[in-house]
Amino acid sequence: MTPLVQIRGLTKVYHRGRERVEALHGIDLDIPEGDFVALMGPSGSGKTTLLNLIGGLDTPTEGVIVVQNRRIDQLSGGELAAWRAAHVGFVFQFYNLMPALSAQRNVELPLLLTDLPSSERKRRARIALTLVGLADRARHKPKELSGGQEQRVAIARAIVSDPTLLVCDEPTGDLDRATADEVLRLLQMLNNDHGKTVVMVTHDPLAAEYARRQVHLDKGTMTDKGVLA
Amino acid sequence: MRYLPLLWAGLFRKKTRTILTLLSIVVAFALFGLLQAVKIAFDAGADMADAKRLLTTARYSIIEPLPIGYLRRIEQVRGVVGVAYADWFGSKYQNESNAFPVFAVDPARYLDMYPEFTVNPGEREAFVRTRTGALAGRRLMNRFGWKVGQKLPIASEIHANRDGTMNWEFDLVGIIDAEDPVAQGNSDMVLINVSYFDEARAQGKGKTGWYVVRVADSTQARTISATIDNLFQNSPDETKTQPEKEFALGFAKQIGDIGALVTRILLAVFFTLLILTGNTMAQSIRERIPELGILKTLGFSDGKVTALVLAEALLLLVLGGAIGMGAAVLSMPTLNNATGGRFPPLFVGLESWVLAAIVAALVALVIGLPPAWRARRLKIVDALSGH
Repeated sequence: MTPLVQIRGLTKVYHRGRERVEALHGIDLDIPEGDFVALMGPSGSGKTTLLNLIGGLDTPTEGVIVVQNRRIDQLSGGELAAWRAAHVGFVFQFYNLMPALSAQRNVELPLLLTDLPSSERKRRARIALTLVGLADRARHKPKELSGGQEQRVAIARAIVSDPTLLVCDEPTGDLDRATADEVLRLLQMLNNDHGKTVVMVTHDPLAAEYARRQVHLDKGTMTDKGVLA
Repeated sequence: MRYLPLLWAGLFRKKTRTILTLLSIVVAFALFGLLQAVKIAFDAGADMADAKRLLTTARYSIIEPLPIGYLRRIEQVRGVVGVAYADWFGSKYQNESNAFPVFAVDPARYLDMYPEFTVNPGEREAFVRTRTGALAGRRLMNRFGWKVGQKLPIASEIHANRDGTMNWEFDLVGIIDAEDPVAQGNSDMVLINVSYFDEARAQGKGKTGWYVVRVADSTQARTISATIDNLFQNSPDETKTQPEKEFALGFAKQIGDIGALVTRILLAVFFTLLILTGNTMAQSIRERIPELGILKTLGFSDGKVTALVLAEALLLLVLGGAIGMGAAVLSMPTLNNATGGRFPPLFVGLESWVLAAIVAALVALVIGLPPAWRARRLKIVDALSGH
């Protein structure tokens, strides 16, 4: 079976002034559909860069990224934006919700890019919020929610358009242990029960244990690509 | 419409700042509405001018009267198809602050000359037949609560009556209407019958203030003007004939170039608004770089994010502009009452609303483009990392 994500010879080079920084070098990685992968490694190892490339937030300097049989490294900016909207859900360490919008409106945001009518957008946002256990907080703004609740709203926003791939960058990095476990169980549930493929960057070994597989990076290269959690 | 909640939320993310910015826009557009009304009031005569109408006045001053005998001679000029005449009465009603134009006219000639003013046929006939008759503009009727059929006592500041007083009394026999808002403004007047006025006045009999001449072909206006003036050259009462529009503009410019004055004031106001609002808008977008990054992350294209920033600027301007223009409209009755009729009636017409919409769109474009361009070029990775 073809993996959901296929990465070959991936290299990413940044330029900071005159300095050339090779964030990733020759990465090869396959992620099967339904997998839950934890990308681990020390700071500066390139894990977030790899995650950004998998999620189509950035483009590689060299190499090939195929997601669902489509080479996303060759897409233009506009095509990549449309691709992200249709196929990827994003969860970040600091939630990145719109502070002026209610939880409901935040979750509805990705659906604004679809042709769905307002009533259907609202219905789907309510379902997503119910799935993460926050139906009763729909009208609350981010500042009226706890960190864990904010992250669950962010997860609801990530899944509302039913993407195949969930890309999570340190999703528990700003949470206490108990809340982090709740969020990780939620991601696990989405992986187990709803078949979402999850790629999560974390430096927390306890968080990585929720994944099916751990991939370790160091200085832009993979040290191993399949340690079972 | 689907993006309106997003735009609204972005706009009112910092309520105090947005409300203060909005207030400055409201004040700017209220001023715009008021000054446009003043400009239109001053231009009203020129705007209503008919290219086929000429004005013949005394050569050196419009306050010098002309002999009524000129009428037949002007009528005989080739290309002239109608002549009316009018004299300035110089009125005050009840007290000094109630001033409005009163013209002594030949009823049929004058009303035929100005088809933009409409008078009910029965009332027109009554005006023609009644030597002491008078017609009044509808807004004057409403303002002073006059009724057709009543006596109209008006004092003149120029013409004494036969009894030696300045007090006159007329019979109000009809109403002057106009459909066009500009013509409505010019219908704020009273017309009296010259046959009675000329007979009853103590001095100046056989004279009139000016002639209104209708020509068959507007392209011949200059030639006909020269012909008329040549008729009376070297006489004690030389004339100056010019197209009505030129006359109206010249008359308005005796007070000052209101158009240029208004334009300069508004340029200063909107330049200040540009700097103030542009700075606020730029600051607001700067603070929301991570949020714009998130929108792009979620799949909003560069073009869509650019459009959202521009739309936010447009929403701010449209909102402030509409409130400001609305305030100008609401202030019109108070201002018109305060002028006591000494100033042409002020109103905010469709033309001013359209101009305000264009100005709002232009200002929105100018203040929105720099932050929109920045948002367009924003790289997601940089935006999310706070760079």
